Amino acid sequence: MSRADTSHLSTGTNRQVTLQVFRGDANGGEFVDYTVEMEEGQVVLDVVLTVQATQAGDLAVRWNCKAGKCGSCSAEVNGTPCLTCMTRMNTLDMSQPISVAPIKTFPLIKDLVTDVSFNYEGAKQIPAFAPRAPDADDGSYRMMQQDIERGQEFRKCIECFLCQDVCHVIRDHPENKPNFMGPRQFVRLAELEMHPLDTADRTEFIRKAGGIAYCNITKCCTEVCPESIHITDNAIIPLKERVADKYYDPFRWIFGKLTGRD
Amino acid sequence: MADIETHEYDVVVIGAGGAGLRAAIEASAMGARTALVCKSLLGKAHTVMAEGGIAAALGNVYSEDNWQVHFRDTMRGGKMLGNCRMAQIHAQEAPARVHELESWGALFDRTDDGRILQRAFGGHRYDRLAHVGDRTGLEMIRTLQQHAVHKGIDVHMECTISRLLKDGDRISGAVGYWRESGDYVAFKAKAVVLATGGTGKAFRINSNSWEYTGDGHSLAYWAGAELIDMEFIQFHPTGMVWPPSVRGILVTEGVRGDGGTLTNSEGKRFMFEYISDYFRAETAETEEEADRWYDDKLNNRRTPDLLPRDEVARAIVAEVKAGRGSPHGGVFLDIASRRPADYIKRALPSMYHQFKQLADVDITAAAMEVGPTMHYTMGGVRVEPDTGAATLPGLFAAGECAGGMHGANRLGGNSLSDLLVFGRRAGMGAAEYALGLGSQPALTDADVSAVTAEMDAAFSSDGDENPYTIQSDLQDAMHTLVGIIRTGSEIEEALGKIAELKERAERASVTGSKAYNPGWHLAMDLRSLLTVSEAIARSAAERTESRGGHTRDDYQETDPEWGKWNLSLSQNADGSMKLEKTPLLEIPADLAALIEEAG
Ligand SMILES: Cc1cc2nc3c(=O)[nH]c(=O)nc-3n(C[C@H](O)[C@H](O)[C@H](O)COP(=O)(O)OP(=O)(O)OC[C@H]3O[C@@H](n4cnc5c(N)ncnc54)[C@H](O)[C@@H]3O)c2cc1C
Ligand code: SF4
Ligand code: SF4
Ligand code: FES
Repeated sequence: MSRADTSHLSTGTNRQVTLQVFRGDANGGEFVDYTVEMEEGQVVLDVVLTVQATQAGDLAVRWNCKAGKCGSCSAEVNGTPCLTCMTRMNTLDMSQPISVAPIKTFPLIKDLVTDVSFNYEGAKQIPAFAPRAPDADDGSYRMMQQDIERGQEFRKCIECFLCQDVCHVIRDHPENKPNFMGPRQFVRLAELEMHPLDTADRTEFIRKAGGIAYCNITKCCTEVCPESIHITDNAIIPLKERVADKYYDPFRWIFGKLTGRD
Repeated sequence: MADIETHEYDVVVIGAGGAGLRAAIEASAMGARTALVCKSLLGKAHTVMAEGGIAAALGNVYSEDNWQVHFRDTMRGGKMLGNCRMAQIHAQEAPARVHELESWGALFDRTDDGRILQRAFGGHRYDRLAHVGDRTGLEMIRTLQQHAVHKGIDVHMECTISRLLKDGDRISGAVGYWRESGDYVAFKAKAVVLATGGTGKAFRINSNSWEYTGDGHSLAYWAGAELIDMEFIQFHPTGMVWPPSVRGILVTEGVRGDGGTLTNSEGKRFMFEYISDYFRAETAETEEEADRWYDDKLNNRRTPDLLPRDEVARAIVAEVKAGRGSPHGGVFLDIASRRPADYIKRALPSMYHQFKQLADVDITAAAMEVGPTMHYTMGGVRVEPDTGAATLPGLFAAGECAGGMHGANRLGGNSLSDLLVFGRRAGMGAAEYALGLGSQPALTDADVSAVTAEMDAAFSSDGDENPYTIQSDLQDAMHTLVGIIRTGSEIEEALGKIAELKERAERASVTGSKAYNPGWHLAMDLRSLLTVSEAIARSAAERTESRGGHTRDDYQETDPEWGKWNLSLSQNADGSMKLEKTPLLEIPADLAALIEEAG
């Protein structure tokens, strides 16, 4: 009997928890309490989706992978910015209501969903990747693993925008947004600048449009990054150095570019 | 258009995963005014989750590899039901598409001499998957996305297409809604490319996201195009099974490719007991040979742990049924005892992270518990291999929502390459068609109003059914009755349930406003979910044999006669489903020889 093929599904032990979920839109809102049954091992996103399926069908929340790979589900849980799909309920104090709020730095659309278009606009402005000619007739390149490791670190970015969320330059001062692209874009810019194949010079862009000088290296972005990218040490500080060097020593910048070394 | 926002394009690509992005890049490069529409934000499509790699016969690790071997592996992996022309194009063009990604900025892991490193995967003769650790999909989607944003393509994010429209019998556009505002939007289009992905959300345990409701399949079907091979569903053998909340989340085949083995509660490597005659000649018979194979693929045969996915998934089900499963009803996947911890962390960082964070398991120290999870839809829109053209003028499809390429079972890694190869071809096909079409086909007010009325109707609060409950009941029905192992009577039972659920879906009630309202969105997605579920069940009932991702308990043999037919689905005038047997594309002698030769 083929029906048996799902018989192995075991269910965990259940318990009740209360979530305080922010409900509202640009015109305002409030935290609403929802008490639901929870299964063993659940993450905050599971419980939010249980609330949605059983008590608040119109609760707006973004998610896709449920495995920390897409960066859609960022929110502030008990005040801490995180991926809700990677935050286990049992790491929180479940005897108290657990608050779930949208990330603060971006304009609210509804409930847990914010308008993150700032980040997409920034990405568009960054001067495109400009590779040198291929190394072989089949269009392929030769690169050594050690020369791309830093770039690979930066390319782990899942665009959760949590670093953007916690950066005080824009979190506390939305008026800085037109002049400051935020840590996510510095990661991208650093990646391009250190890419062994890239030939473009983005130093002026990093200084001016990027607004890197606004960053005063508080490292909040690094602390929150779910991909453990060393945003400040490996991306921002080298970029700041390049900008400074270019101003004082253009020759050194060109040397760095050609050899992939600083 | 009367009172709704309207855009006009040559080519509208629906879906922004690997296939959609690649199609849009190509269409735009050919000079077509191109739009890219997607349900989620850009960069969040399913493709971002892909882990193991992109299959392409680059020959960087084994110079013996070439497109001919890749072609053969693909056809045999698909149990000879695939479209041989697609498998040929795919194997021939995949290497160039991978090099292209590199020239657009992708940073693949390297060999010692600085070329793209390739890893072993199920059903592939040689190490063939270009990869970046176990986050290859992220690398691919980000590369395509970063390339596309500079190409003048209009991207419409969080916009869901709900119907395609026609002028006579050709495509004229599409209508949908903005998720944020709930406002409606119409796209006039000379050509539409569907790249919407799969149908996983019709099943209880799956590795897929909320987006996988079979929209593209349904849009094509409703508009009058044909679907094929809908009975073939891939259950990936290794999904997480514990804790319950993560059940179904994927564990990449790369774990086995990099040395991990499947064991049962007795500690036995049970896959050696499940080598089918079909793959016996190319599979290792002893553990010693299997272990040597990891380092020397020329003189040893492949470990049975890496048989194609349908074979491994069935073996796991059998082991669990026989009482040799793991504590939570899966089997063990062990890499901890076979590879050093730092190697595991380097090759499989996301798996390490995923188990540590979600299951409190350190995979460098303990075995994982795994079991089958619904993963991939082989069936899809019937397309012309060279152009991606569907059976409806102006409609094109690529990626997971297109059918034919993978036959009865897809090999791991062959999807990402499929997205690039056929995404490009569909983009090209669509642009060529659109640019060749003189005037914009007409989109009438009446046509558009019919669709908006339908969306309005779904926004009703007077029903007594919760859309989430309907979806959940459908998932249970499909999983238990049309799941990994099927029987005729159960499939019939499922069809009865689907009919009931359709009625219930009519009474779905939606609370709140139209602004960013997932309950309403789901009420609309249910239409496509139920359509593809019915398509899967009807096709599964019809095919009275077992082959690849379709296993019948009441017809356990693979029947050579069925091997000559695809099942094709289209809509009758009265709205019912028409199922037909259509002959498989015949394999030309030169390609047939490739399959024999290397066999
Ligand atoms: C966890 C996981 C790991 C995998 N690993 C691998 C691997 O290593 N190698 C491999 O080859 N394959 C792998 N696969 C399979 C592969 O990732 C998918 O088959 C592939 O990414 C599908 O790509 P796509 O472009 O067809 O669709 P997707 O990437 O799924 O994109 C679909 C797009 O369509 C949009 N869409 C859907 N419906 C609508 C609508 N109605 N209106 C507007 N837009 C819509 C969505 O928003 C999305 O943008 C994996 C799959 C999973 C789930
Ligand atoms: S280190 Fe700079 S970019 Fe990062 S959070 Fe602090 S100020 Fe912002
Ligand atoms: S750098 Fe880290 S925190 Fe910032 S968007 Fe990327 S993954 Fe998120
Ligand atoms: S849902 Fe993808 S990161 Fe959380």
